[in-house]
Amino acid sequence: MNEFLLIYRREADFDTQFTAEQLKEISKPWMDWMGGLAAQSILADRGNRLDSAGKVVKPNNVITNGAYVEIKELIGGYSIIKAASLDEAAEIAKGCPILAVGGNVEVREILQM
Amino acid sequence: MQDNKLISDLFRTEHRKLTAVLAGVFGFEHIQIAEDIVSDTFLLATEKWGQNKLPHNPTAWLYTVAKNKAKDHLKHTTIFTQKVSATIKAEHSVYEEIEIDLSEKNINDSQLQMMFAICQPVIPAEAQVGLALRILCGFGIDEIADAFLSNKETINKRLLRAKEKLRQHKVKIEFPDTGEINKRLETVLLTLYLLFNEGYYSISGNTNLRKDLCLEAMRLTYLLIENKPTDLPVVNALFSLMCFHASRFEARIDKNGDMILYDEQDSTLWNDELITRGTNYLIRASRGDQLTRYHLESAIAYWHTIKTDSDEKWENVLQLYNKLLILEYSPMAALNRTYALAKADGKEKAIIEAEKLTQLTGSHLYHSLLGYLYSGIANEKALQHLQTALKLAKNKVEKNRIDKNIKALKKEELLMGRSSN
Repeated sequence: MNEFLLIYRREADFDTQFTAEQLKEISKPWMDWMGGLAAQSILADRGNRLDSAGKVVKPNNVITNGAYVEIKELIGGYSIIKAASLDEAAEIAKGCPILAVGGNVEVREILQM
Repeated sequence: MQDNKLISDLFRTEHRKLTAVLAGVFGFEHIQIAEDIVSDTFLLATEKWGQNKLPHNPTAWLYTVAKNKAKDHLKHTTIFTQKVSATIKAEHSVYEEIEIDLSEKNINDSQLQMMFAICQPVIPAEAQVGLALRILCGFGIDEIADAFLSNKETINKRLLRAKEKLRQHKVKIEFPDTGEINKRLETVLLTLYLLFNEGYYSISGNTNLRKDLCLEAMRLTYLLIENKPTDLPVVNALFSLMCFHASRFEARIDKNGDMILYDEQDSTLWNDELITRGTNYLIRASRGDQLTRYHLESAIAYWHTIKTDSDEKWENVLQLYNKLLILEYSPMAALNRTYALAKADGKEKAIIEAEKLTQLTGSHLYHSLLGYLYSGIANEKALQHLQTALKLAKNKVEKNRIDKNIKALKKEELLMGRSSN
């Protein structure tokens, strides 16, 4: 089994102000997703969520606001899973709840040092 | 007969106390001597009390005899000069001065210290549970063999090997340093948890023995709560978990010693007092920000004390299992999580998740779960899984239960077939 990084991406203008009730609704699919991975014993690291605020540091003392890779796309968080191959890891990622809200998952194999 | 009963009751309560205190005097490397003295003491009691009559205070009699035997032993061996004299700086007729302190406080302290001495990662968990049963709970080798569904020789060998290993590692009977308590406590709690489970989930037919195992695990956990430095949230969480589980003791085993499943239990037999205690200790466990598997398992057990099914109940149980699995994977939690998912979000959704648990295909419990999930949705598939479960199940109790489910499913099929004709 190898380890794969799942990078959760979503739209940058994603609303981040929620009521408690809305938060509960958002949290359930994510907890069920993580719990499902853990139940298969393939969750290596639940990872973390990332705050939407960020800065990008470039050469020559240039710092810009915004953590966007491309316009309008933002990394919302990441997890690490175990899978036999990149294809299998991609197959597993199909169950990620970010897909239901218009986001996507980047799957990358972690190369051991 | 009366005397025999008295001796066996005293044996259970006093054996462990004497062993812990005497072992504390002799040191772990000479624990066999402590155990022998205690055995000799009880042997003498059986002889004397049978012939003559009972002493006024049987416990005091046992303490005096054990003390004298210990002092005699010290007098006649070199242990004293080698070990004890180095720690006691007395100059004349020293062995007379040795205080063998059988006060309640020293008994409790000795048992706590012994708990830390036995629960060491250098010996296998099963051996730790065995040693705990022998030394901390005063169980006989035959009882331990019964609990583990093993035989006396195997258990004897296992315990001897474990003691030897602890001796090699120069284990001391003492409290760990304050800085070390948390780490050392982890092993102690796991052993107590396993000890409880050994009683709770054991398939041994001896119901009384199983209950004793659970009560002993609770007693030892409670000793830790009564001792201030170890009265930590995690210990309270484990104790509350035990209370919730134990509250169903009378309801989960029928007259023949067979297990009654949760859904079929008579909830009027649940013990309200233990449920209340469990709730109180779970509240005590919520101090601080430490969230352990015992907290999560206790919270799951708490929801199970509410008999009425509701969306709220199963959604909470599901989320607790999610958290438990993210914290620490176990096959049992994976299966129970999927069951909770079926209860919370429906069988269809649970089937999809269950089919992904390919690591569990060798377990009869996994196929039993799929049997349950598919029944009423695809009965043919349900039946296949139950039959696989029947093949994989190892013991009779489990085989019987699966067989019952197969018969029930076939009956249902037959009825449905008729009604559609």
